Amino acid sequence: MQLNKVLQVLLVGASVLVFAGCSSTSDEASESSETTERSQTGASEESAGSGVQTGAADRILTPEEEQIRQREERQQRYADLRRDHVLYFDFDNAAIRDEFAELLAAHADYLMRNPAVTVVIEGHTDERGTPEYNIALGERRAKSVVEYMESLGVSRQQMTMVSYGEEKPVVRQSNERAWSQNRRAVLVY
Amino acid sequence: MKRFGVFLVVLTFLLASKASFATLEIVITEGTDSARPIAVVPFKWQGQGEAPYNFTEVIGSDLIRSGQFSPVSIDELPSLPSNDREIENYSTWARLGVEGVLVGSVAEFAPGRYEVTYQLIDPLRGQITGGMSEYFDEEGIAVEQDHILEARTSVVLDTQFRQYAHRISDVVYEALTGERGAFLTRIAYVRVNPDENLPYQLMVSDYDGENERPLLRSPQPLMSPSWSPDGSRLAYVSFENGRSEIFVQNIYTTERELLTSFPGINSSPAWSPDGTKLAMVLSKDGAPDIYVMDIESREVRKITDHWRIDTEPSWTPDGNSLLFTSERGGLPQIYRIDLDNGRVRRVSFNGESNLGGVVTPDGEGVVMVNRDGGVYHIARQDYPTGNFQQLTQTTLDESPSVAPNGSMIIYSTTYQNRQVLALVSMDGRFQARLPAERGSIKAPAWSPFL
Repeated sequence: MQLNKVLQVLLVGASVLVFAGCSSTSDEASESSETTERSQTGASEESAGSGVQTGAADRILTPEEEQIRQREERQQRYADLRRDHVLYFDFDNAAIRDEFAELLAAHADYLMRNPAVTVVIEGHTDERGTPEYNIALGERRAKSVVEYMESLGVSRQQMTMVSYGEEKPVVRQSNERAWSQNRRAVLVY
Repeated sequence: MKRFGVFLVVLTFLLASKASFATLEIVITEGTDSARPIAVVPFKWQGQGEAPYNFTEVIGSDLIRSGQFSPVSIDELPSLPSNDREIENYSTWARLGVEGVLVGSVAEFAPGRYEVTYQLIDPLRGQITGGMSEYFDEEGIAVEQDHILEARTSVVLDTQFRQYAHRISDVVYEALTGERGAFLTRIAYVRVNPDENLPYQLMVSDYDGENERPLLRSPQPLMSPSWSPDGSRLAYVSFENGRSEIFVQNIYTTERELLTSFPGINSSPAWSPDGTKLAMVLSKDGAPDIYVMDIESREVRKITDHWRIDTEPSWTPDGNSLLFTSERGGLPQIYRIDLDNGRVRRVSFNGESNLGGVVTPDGEGVVMVNRDGGVYHIARQDYPTGNFQQLTQTTLDESPSVAPNGSMIIYSTTYQNRQVLALVSMDGRFQARLPAERGSIKAPAWSPFL
């Protein structure tokens, strides 16, 4: 959780910079992106043109405006994240990896703002181990997602679980790569 | 709650369908040299034209597949007798090293009905007595034919040739090993053809893969078929309603019934030896635990109660206890629980973990999936604890199911990125793969004696 917040702050900060840069030069989008690129890569000015570089200052916002902007930012980012419905797990493990914290936060946010929406959380495993054991392991993964979402504030009533165990692999092959893609939970709206 | 499986596209098929596909073909991979030689002489057709059926081909294949016998090639046989009187010199047969000589004949009895006569002869005994029953007659001694181990005549419908051939195999096997043959049995399994619109199929076939019939085709996964002790019904798990549920289906009438649909997991059904109860795994109270349902009253009794995974119940032959897989000690291991007093004992100790334990029909062994060094193999251990032997060398082995005579284990393995079925004898000496023409094949369940 702590890590998650830090990550959020960092990401928001980063997007503020991008936002500021874009808004000031939106009338000359192509040129500004070219220059931004150049300045980012630290290219020298001896290349074509007059060699000028444009810069921009941050717009001054009231605290209220700043909050609204940040909220819009986050909504947009969450909407993007929500296009992803899958998170992956380690072998014989149901712990949520840190890299999927934002993804689940995005889905949790959406579910909390839309209490009428329900989601089915599917738990899947790779083919190793027996099918009957894997059904149980798949349920543990689904449950782990449900509990995580609950801790973010989502109502238990909005979530149902189903474990498919090893019965519905994405990649029907027997190697590490396939297995790592098959060990997953999927959020199905 | 949003339901996806509201419309069921599940079809059951009549067993009466005429089509028959030999989609499983047996490739023996190991261990025929330990088998005992036997002579299977082609049965003599006593009618016009071609023989209506090649009984001895089926019998020969059965005997090979038992892992116990190795039929001698027809070219090596001294002659092609059809009964003991046609055997002139027993010494030549004895020299072949065969334990038995199967001879027989087929004659038309009525249209569509045939009289099949066969004898199983012991060539060593024949060598001693000369097989000369007349000789003993002249001496005034009672007719002595102890070189004939079995002799039978039956009238068989032409639609039942294959079945009758398996019956002869059973007779031969029992006469020579003292154990009941399991050639007249079936296997149930799940086939997955991802390209088809109903990819999950519950199939049943003869033990050798012949007479394959679909019992159910579904858009959603099917799992864990388990035979009723009389071989007429299968319990299995179906996801047709968007979640796991246990169904019971009569394999002859297609009649099927939803047995459990509790919240959470409904899995791993296992019929009790007396047929009145079904052990299963439910997670309705949180963690997956073992339950036993009385089929008549539908009442479920909780057998295990542990916060970690308990699964894969399997009855001991006396019906008094269950083996199950549990994570209570960390990694999955096999435990036994006594049903009357609830006492739990750990059964498996070898390797990293053990799953899917089943007690052999004689109650003397337990077959399991052993994980050691990250690889999964089928293993056998004296029951409850004792000698441990790894039986297979194939990849990702799972779902072992034991033949009702305890001679052979059928299991699921991975070969060339596909799940296929494989056989291994109880001593590990005989190993065979049953490649499928299409799809993946998994979850085999060997029927009881039929």
